[in-house]
Amino acid sequence: MLGYLIRRVLAIFPVMLIVAIFVFLLLRLTPGDPAAIIAGDMATPEQLERIREAMGLNQPIHTQFITWMGRLLQGDLGVSLISGTPVTTMVYQRMFPTINIALLTILIAVAIAVPMGVLAAWRHRSWVDYAVMSFSVLGFSVPVFVIGYVFILVFSITFGWLPVQGYAAPAERGFDEFLYRAILPAFTLATIYIALIARMTRASMLEVLGEDYIRTARAKGVKESRVLFRHALRNAAVPILTVIGTGFALLISGVVVTESVFNIPGVGRLTVDAILARDYPVIQAMILITSGVYVMVNLIIDISYTIFDPRIRY
Amino acid sequence: MTIQNFRSKGASRVRGLLGGALLASTALVTAGAAFAETTITAVMHSGLRVLDPVITTAHITRNHAYMIYDVLVAVDDEFVPQPQMASWTVSDDGLVYTFTLRDGLKFHDGAPVTMADAEASLKRWAERDSGGQLIMDRTESLTATDDSTLVWTLTEPFGPLLDTIGKQSALPPFIMPARVAETPSDTAITEHIGSGPFTFAEANFQPGVSVTYLKNEEYVPRDEPASNMAGGKVVHVDKVVWSTMPDASTAINALLSDEIDYIESVQVDLLPLLEGDPDVVYEKREPLGYQTIGRMNFLHEPFDNKLVRQAALKALDQEAVLVAMMGNPEYYAVCGAIFGCGTPLADDAGSDTLTSGGDMEAAKALLEEAGYDGTPIVLMAPTDVISLSAQPVVAAQALRAAGFNVDMQPMDWQTLVTRRASQADPADGGWNIFFTNWLVPEIFNPLISPMLNGRGDNAWFGWPTDETIEELKVEFIAATTPEEQLDVAKRIQAHNMEEVLYIPLGQYVGPQARRADIVDLLPTPVPVFWNVKKE
Repeated sequence: MLGYLIRRVLAIFPVMLIVAIFVFLLLRLTPGDPAAIIAGDMATPEQLERIREAMGLNQPIHTQFITWMGRLLQGDLGVSLISGTPVTTMVYQRMFPTINIALLTILIAVAIAVPMGVLAAWRHRSWVDYAVMSFSVLGFSVPVFVIGYVFILVFSITFGWLPVQGYAAPAERGFDEFLYRAILPAFTLATIYIALIARMTRASMLEVLGEDYIRTARAKGVKESRVLFRHALRNAAVPILTVIGTGFALLISGVVVTESVFNIPGVGRLTVDAILARDYPVIQAMILITSGVYVMVNLIIDISYTIFDPRIRY
Repeated sequence: MTIQNFRSKGASRVRGLLGGALLASTALVTAGAAFAETTITAVMHSGLRVLDPVITTAHITRNHAYMIYDVLVAVDDEFVPQPQMASWTVSDDGLVYTFTLRDGLKFHDGAPVTMADAEASLKRWAERDSGGQLIMDRTESLTATDDSTLVWTLTEPFGPLLDTIGKQSALPPFIMPARVAETPSDTAITEHIGSGPFTFAEANFQPGVSVTYLKNEEYVPRDEPASNMAGGKVVHVDKVVWSTMPDASTAINALLSDEIDYIESVQVDLLPLLEGDPDVVYEKREPLGYQTIGRMNFLHEPFDNKLVRQAALKALDQEAVLVAMMGNPEYYAVCGAIFGCGTPLADDAGSDTLTSGGDMEAAKALLEEAGYDGTPIVLMAPTDVISLSAQPVVAAQALRAAGFNVDMQPMDWQTLVTRRASQADPADGGWNIFFTNWLVPEIFNPLISPMLNGRGDNAWFGWPTDETIEELKVEFIAATTPEEQLDVAKRIQAHNMEEVLYIPLGQYVGPQARRADIVDLLPTPVPVFWNVKKE
């Protein structure tokens, strides 16, 4: 197990190096000029060239890459070309809204989707099953921004129960205020996640509920709730965990849209703004960090298999 | 490990993760939450990212600069330069301007403002600003002779000197501490201290997200009432927060639900959402607004031929462009004046076809006379900027109707700004025509209008070589009275419409929206937050 863990952690480095090279080259091949963004519409070609020179953008690509990698190895993600702010500061400022809302989303999604999926499997081919599956198809098919707007229309504009936009840091303005502002974006994001997890839970549970040991448990007179959650769900957990992990990618893409719709100053918006402005250091940092998080999430999921399924050993 | 144990630890792990993230958020707590009884939360047209008002012409940076810096001279409602930080005298021969600083001005760090600061600031500004460069070409010396006196000695008269240093856009000369202004003009400043009516709350600044300004309690406003960018900058609120909302609908909904106080620019098609709410007001902020324009590439066929450029001008119809852009006639106006309608130099000579539906027959005849051979014209069409997405489509259709072979290429704005800098052949990554918008105070005289530069490779994108326009600008500089300046401006208007240095496609204004309790906003091209009250 320990050897496996070390191998997996070590494998992160070549993966990140490939991501770094790929992102760097891709960005340099994309049309766009951060100097033009900074200088504005009135700048003459001569002024643009001087700004490019001051920013080091006129150096050969391999020189820029070596400089960037050298700094990266020292833990320096660089400085935003547009605002001049250190990228680490920008990421630090923007990561907590995203992390907090993502955690809330996962909590909501798991709390709702797993019982939904279990219920659908338990009451297979009943109206409950059809209702859960219908919701699942709907939740998976409707774009996140549409769900966001509908929630705003209903809960903010029509009933006035929740705010339209904004984010409140829990430590600064209290957990109640955080929840008050985060509940709509979290539910918006959670919808697609609930759909995905509920479907997978149902499918996985259906497979397990047909197993001999479930019939045996029931024949022994074990309580149905214990059959479902103690015997069946634990054995159905591996695919569910996988989908929670891979669904993390959906969460990241959903965060970009949700942060725009609900005006949340998170890393999703930071990434989009950086791409629009061709702010290379910020884009590179965000893709590297996202890739790193993704690799780590997959690693954690793989390790958690051993906890849920004792047959799995590395 | 039993399942119960795992569950318990798993749950505590989740709680730990959540708690850790929430605790870490405490680091975002910033100092200074205890003030601000009156706060205006405003959604501006874009997010503030660049803080140096000399390195960029971005409007949001200029707006930021007006919050925290002050200027020596500012124009009033009649576009007449008025004293702001300094008054002045001019020698009889027009060669020596002596500026005198008014008393009581301090930077936000408490240091007194001196003319040494003004000297350094003006010199840095003049390296970047085209008008400033023209003055410096005629400058013998610019020297602070003592803390409150600045003497600007010229080698020849420069009639519009005060208009140039008092202009409100795109690069006004803001006064910074000398140590900051000594930063090279192509490197962004890192210290943001001004002497203006608001201070910049740097700890709260999140680039592209939000910026906070606090009332500068030390600021001494002028006694005169506010008039455009001149007069007393009296602040009636404790704090102004600019919040960036990337989604226009979210901003509208936030205004309706009283979560914000002001939206600088509202899309006209979203205005119906605000109708019927007595607590929300929408209106034109100021009458001038923007001029939308088309610019051709003079280096390549077919627009290297004057007759072809004239054909394009004849084919276009301002009304058609403006209807597609704005829809509601309340927010646009046909205007053939290259210096903008409603400005002192406005004249609409040569624009009759533009403002009256175009003349397709004349366009066809000119194309035939030019011997246009069907060379495709690459028309760059940005798809991600709402205020620039309609013009290319309407223009392409009109040009096709006149007989042009139009190759309209959709692209994002960033690709466009990169590509327009290319002088390559249009078939090889270059271009023939694109469209953009200017705030009217950015094109309202020939010295600042970028399109009226005829210095070939050193001119603005399109690179016309036009000695006549350069000579006319020299005449404008030498003109010392408004009448003389108007006379030259009329000849420049006629010359532009003959040579088609660019095509003015009309004026438009974007409405602003506010909560009804936000009153006394000044009707200025630059949105400012002095004078305004929150009742």
